[in-house]
Parts: sequence; C-alpha cells; structure tokens
Amino acid sequence: MSLLKAGKIITDTWTRIEDDQEFAEAGAVIVSLECWLNESESLRKRNEPIGVSLRNDQSPSQIIDDLEAISLIQLDFPAYTDGRAYSAARLLRQRYGFKGEIRAAGNVLRDQYPLMLRCGFDAFIVNEGIDLAGWQTSVEAMDTPYQPAADNDTRPVWAKRHGIAQAS
Amino acid sequence: MYVYDKFDNSLVSDRVEQFREQVGRRLSGELTEDEFKPIRLMNGLYLQLHAYMLRVAIPYGLLSSPQMRKLAEVARTYDRGYAHFTTRQNIQFNWPRLEDTPDILEELSSVEMHAIQTSGNCIRNITADQFAGVDAEELDDSRVWAELIRQWSSLHPEFTFLPRKFKIAVTGSPHDRTAVKFHDIGLILKHDEDGNLGFEVLVGGGLGRTPMIGRTVREFLPQQYLLSYLEAILRVYNQLGRRDNKYKARIKILVHETGIDALREMVEEEWSHVKEEGVDLPFAEVDRVRSHFTDPTYDVLPDHDHSFAVKQFEDPMFGRWVRANLAPHKMPGYVIANVSLKPIGGAPGDVTAAQMEAVADLADKYSLGEIRVAHEQNLVLADVKMSDAYSLWKKLDEVQLGTPNLGLISDIIACPGLDYCALANARSIPVAQRLQRRFADFSRQFDIGELTLNISGCINACGHHHAGHIGILGVDRRGEEYYQLTLGGSADENASIGKIVGPAFSNAEIVDAVETVIDTYLSIRANGEAFIDTYRRTGEEPFKIALFGEKQNVAA
Repeated sequence: MSLLKAGKIITDTWTRIEDDQEFAEAGAVIVSLECWLNESESLRKRNEPIGVSLRNDQSPSQIIDDLEAISLIQLDFPAYTDGRAYSAARLLRQRYGFKGEIRAAGNVLRDQYPLMLRCGFDAFIVNEGIDLAGWQTSVEAMDTPYQPAADNDTRPVWAKRHGIAQAS
Repeated sequence: MYVYDKFDNSLVSDRVEQFREQVGRRLSGELTEDEFKPIRLMNGLYLQLHAYMLRVAIPYGLLSSPQMRKLAEVARTYDRGYAHFTTRQNIQFNWPRLEDTPDILEELSSVEMHAIQTSGNCIRNITADQFAGVDAEELDDSRVWAELIRQWSSLHPEFTFLPRKFKIAVTGSPHDRTAVKFHDIGLILKHDEDGNLGFEVLVGGGLGRTPMIGRTVREFLPQQYLLSYLEAILRVYNQLGRRDNKYKARIKILVHETGIDALREMVEEEWSHVKEEGVDLPFAEVDRVRSHFTDPTYDVLPDHDHSFAVKQFEDPMFGRWVRANLAPHKMPGYVIANVSLKPIGGAPGDVTAAQMEAVADLADKYSLGEIRVAHEQNLVLADVKMSDAYSLWKKLDEVQLGTPNLGLISDIIACPGLDYCALANARSIPVAQRLQRRFADFSRQFDIGELTLNISGCINACGHHHAGHIGILGVDRRGEEYYQLTLGGSADENASIGKIVGPAFSNAEIVDAVETVIDTYLSIRANGEAFIDTYRRTGEEPFKIALFGEKQNVAA
C-alpha cells in the first residue's frame, strides 16, 4: 500500500501497532481506540506522536477530550459503500476542531477521493501504482459544490452567488 | 420555473464529462462491472433484465415544453421511441446502450436536466406537489423548498454512501398529493401560532417490505433551519442506520428500533450544533429561488365559461373528463388539467415520443409552456383556461391522452414488473391491462367512484401497493406468478397501510378477485360513500367473506 497526501505519494512514517503488539522504543504509532483508552498514560509517556484508528462503528466523540494528545486519526472504509467515516471526519474537523492528519484506510478509491477531501480527510492509504493524474482529474472534475463541508477554502455555490466570503 | 445560472450549468456539464470519463474507463476494461456499478448507480444507470435502464431526474416533477421535447428526442434517437414516468416523478428509458449514455446526458444537460442521484444509496430526487403554485388551499409553494433541497443534496460529500436510498417529499397543501407520509423524510409546510412559516418534519415513512407511516420528529421547524435540520437527521442516520442487512437499512427501521422519542433526542442534539455551523442558506438565496416560482401573469377571467358548460352537455366523454380530470385552479376562469397516462389497455406511465411532443405543444398553446409529472404516473397541465379546456381535450384525445379516468379504478399505478425489472417476481403491466379492460366501461368506473388501485411486481413495492385502496402484490409461488390482495391503504393526509386479505390469487383469478371486492363494496356502501370510507367503516370482513366464503373466514 502507498500513502497519498497533498496529491503525492509519500513515505509513511507511522507504524500501525496491533493490540497484542509491543511498542517500539521510538517512532510514531497508530493504535486502536481500545488500546488508546486502556493505555493512554503509557502512550503519552513515550513522548512520540500518537495516532488513533477508529472503526466505523466507533464514534469520534469518544476521544474529543484527548485531541490535544493525538496527531493522527485513521478512519476506516471496510467497503467504499459504507459511508460512516465521512460523518466522522466532518465531525472531527468542523465540530471538534481537530487539526492533525485524518487518514482514510480500507477501500479507498479514486471516485470517492473527492468526497473524502471535502469531508476533511487529508491522507489516504491507497493501492500501489495508482494513476495519480487520474485521481487529480477526479478532484478537479467537480469543483463547484452546492453545499459547505469541511473544506473551508471551497465556498458553496450560494456563497459565490451572493458574494459571501466564508461559508460560516 | 427554476432556471439554471452559470453555477448550476457548470455543475451539470462537469458531471456529464465526469460520467463520460467513467464510462470510458468501463468500456476500456479499466473498471470491472463490479467497480463500475456504484459509479453508474450514482447517475441513474441500472442494469435490468434485458438492457441498461437510464432514470432521468425530473426535480419535483416540473418540466418545460423544451425539456419534454428533449425527452421525446432521446426516446426516439437512443431508445425504442417511448419512455416511462415513475412514481417518483422521474422518467425512465428502458433500452439505452451504455456507450450512448454520456451523449444522452449531454443532450439532457442542454435543457438543464440530469440523472444525478436517481439511484444509489443517496438522497434521491426531491418530490413535491404537482399542483404547487396553482392550488387555492396551498400555504406555500413546495417547489421552492424542493429546489433548495435539490441543490443542497446534489453530490453531497457526506451523504453519498448512506445505509440505503433516501427519499424526501415536500407538500404545501393541507390535501397531500405527494404521499408525504411514505417518505424517509416528509416535510409539510405549516404556520406556527404567530404565523411564521415552517415545516412539520416526519421521518421514517416508507413502503418496501416493511411499510411504515412517517412519524413526527418535529412539530414545527422554522423555515430558515430547513437544511441544518435535514443535515442533522441525515448525519444521525448515516452513523446509526443499519448496514448489516439491506432490508433493514432504511431510516424507518432505525426509527422503529430506536423509538421516535430517542431518535428525536439524537436529532435535536445534533441539530443544536449543526445549526451553528453555516449550513443554512442566507435569506437572499431563498428569495432568489423563490423568484423563479412567482405567479405568471394570468388573464382576468370570469369564473364561468358558457361554452365550457355547453360542451360538457353536448359531448359526454368531455363531460366525464371534466369531472374526473379537471381540478379547481386558484385563479377564476382557469382549471388544472390532469393528463392520464393510463389509457385502457396501456402500460401505466408509458408515453411515446409522439405523445410527449404533443403534450409539449399543447402545454405551449394552452398552459404557459409547463408540464408537471404526478407520482401517480400522470401528467398535469396546470394553467388551462376553462374556455380552452374542450379544445385541449380534443387534441389530447387524438393522441390517446384524453382518457377520463383520473382517480378512478383504471388509473392504476404499476411498476414495470417482470417485463423489465431484474427484481420482480411477477408481471405488473399485463395485470393492470386486464383490470383496465374488465372495468373499461366508464359509466361503471364513475359509479365505482374514487379509488386507487396499485400494483407492485415484488415486495419492494415500487408500485405502492401498500398505499392503494386496493393493492396487488406479485409473488412467486413455485415458479408461478401469484398475486396477493391488500385492502384499505391510502397515500394521502390520512395515510394508512393496506391489509393483506387471505391467500394469494393465481394470475387467472386475480382480476375476478378485484371484481368481487368492487361488487361487494357497491352492495354495502352507504349513499355517496367512497370505497376507502366503506372499507374503514366495515373493515375487511364483508370482503373476506365475498372472496373466500364464511368457512375460510372462520379459519382465518
């Protein structure tokens, strides 16, 4: 798998730690919500960047008090047809003001990529060898949305119609 | 009607290009059919029994005459010369070729039409009252709100992969013509005690295999919060709606399993945040959209027309058409003309390209160039002068569109059924046709009076059988088509769900069974009592006895 961020494939500096795995001495780790809730103290003590992975039946409201300690939240698409993580991403960005990385994992496909960007995802675990230019084309194909979302720099059509600078 | 500005136009033409590129990836083999499926479904393209089917959106059922002509052109050029109006005010083409669909959509975009979100697990076409703007009883024009919701919901990034499809209807009249209580969200325009405009919000209505009547989630929502409230409901549903079983995935099941009070609490909590997050529209945008739905300049006319009265007397078929198909208009001297797409022995909702063109021409000549589509699969010419009604009817009749049967037994709602649909268990259209022929005599139809007869070819209920006064559901019994009868459904403001009466009937028996129900009604009705009122008074007993005899009745 590759990591897509800001339109480029980059090296992933994060390590996913399964619940039965030991943490390495150093390095940024992504853990499950259960692991974070059980071991947040020892994770904080490591003094390394912390990422939390949420399944799509886990609400981000469970970590809103911890966001200052978390640098990355990974949200899961077990199938592209399961759209729960879109809501989770918008809540994290727009409601809880999360500024860290929101990473899409699982069945992440080109035709859903623009939707994910609009909902606040900014990193994507994708298949190796994707057609980057094609993915970019998909983003540019529909660039005049009717409604505001988590992409604050994109004004909805109605704001443009009435010369309103910001959506909110 | 609403006219696209540069933003609307660019969104729709961008979508055509995007789809062209997606179809290209499918045709080149870059996408498998499995990978292409969700993409085509986002754009109304189904794979049916024999061919692709393209469903084109008609937002709130409103068409201009150039749009209708374009639909006719598409039917003629890319299809087999006809098309089918659906129970959600849309239109379907049954035989397009995949490689032609981008061109079809490009043709449609030239008249401000598209197929966005006519399928898929997203927010579908927003439906509204086909009499909006011309009904004297109306509180507010439902089209304004339906257009605003259409824009908000189009390509919504968060709500494109919901647990299941999501249908919203808006009604502005105390007499509901939209089946508002059978929608995932039903919006009923109303005033509060201080005269402020807003909505009663219903949630969790639906047909399908588990029919439910929508429940009130909010008694009064001030108009300015419409979009934030919808966003709150959709967000709760997107997160909590079931995804483990597609037959339990509609919001009605969430309402049923969670309870309306608990769901209301979640929605209100969510809304308390969303309404502060900049989703709602500025008044200027609501006003802008409203300005597209202002009244046309009506002629000042007397409220009676001599020739109109005389022609009804001279030409009894016209008299029947006036009685059944015309409805009162808010302006004196005007009428609303319903154009039946249910000729005796026809396929309900089907029209030929020539008929579409004829209706477009008649709309230009007699009804300010607009046509509406009703969810009952009929058309409406909403602004006809009484003095023109006879000429209009004569010309409609020349193209087999003058059938005087609106709201009568032969005005049957039917899904495409096993003749077209990959999901169906039984055929719908031939049953509808046999029923129409059995009850072809118009004196008999008028004697029977107001009645809705709805036929679905399977349990998914596209033909709204649960909501028909008489409903027929096609079932498969060991490879044979059988038909279950339901009685007592109703889709209006007094919505009710039809009750199954006894075991299913064979294909050979079903028409006789309906006739038995009708004869029973005629024998027990009180003076002037409509079928549904008799049923509600007597219950199913007399009908059961007539259908199955006393013995069967005791056993049941």
